[in-house]
Amino acid sequence: MLQATIQYIVFPLLCGAFTLGFIRLVIGPTLPDRIMAFELVSTSSAGIIVAYAVSSGVPVLLDVASVWAIISFLSVIAFAFYIERWRGEP
Amino acid sequence: MIEILICLLMVIGAFFMFVAGLGLVRMPDLFLRMSCSTKAGTIGIGALLLALAIYFADFGVAARAVATIGFIFLTAPVSSHRIGRIAYLVGVPLWKYTVADEFKDAYPPDACKTFGQECAIPDMNAPD
Repeated sequence: MLQATIQYIVFPLLCGAFTLGFIRLVIGPTLPDRIMAFELVSTSSAGIIVAYAVSSGVPVLLDVASVWAIISFLSVIAFAFYIERWRGEP
Repeated sequence: MIEILICLLMVIGAFFMFVAGLGLVRMPDLFLRMSCSTKAGTIGIGALLLALAIYFADFGVAARAVATIGFIFLTAPVSSHRIGRIAYLVGVPLWKYTVADEFKDAYPPDACKTFGQECAIPDMNAPD
């Protein structure tokens, strides 16, 4: 039951979130839109890693997900500093 | 019984993540998009990690999962506040039906000079 739930409900929903984030990443009119879309993409990929850890029974993948979250936070902060020092159309 | 709880938590987490993506695409404004994606994405990843902590039922795994939940709950508001403030100061347009703009007179035109550095936020109306 758990395998079927993960394979037929959880993975499609997470991949849908990933795809919608990529749509906003492509069509986003300004740079902060793209950064928020990037944050959602990285969060949903961390969710995919967590769901795969439950599905395959490998708890080490949790470390991968936590490092992934840390790196996405640092990259968003770096992008914020980058916008602060940037000139041009938003 | 515990399997049903795990299934429910994982479906709730994935559903909230999907709602975050939907709000990110459908909302009309950067700030509304940010509100949707940050809150729903945070609760989604929190529910998924809680399901993982219940599934493995191991102290090390549960401690790391709870630490990751705490880290995400602390850092998602920080990063979205950072992006939102900078986006407002840079001049990202608001939605045309926005009624409250309490940030309008809060900053002088040279707001970033208070940090003792050259003002780097561009003036969108100045001829370059």
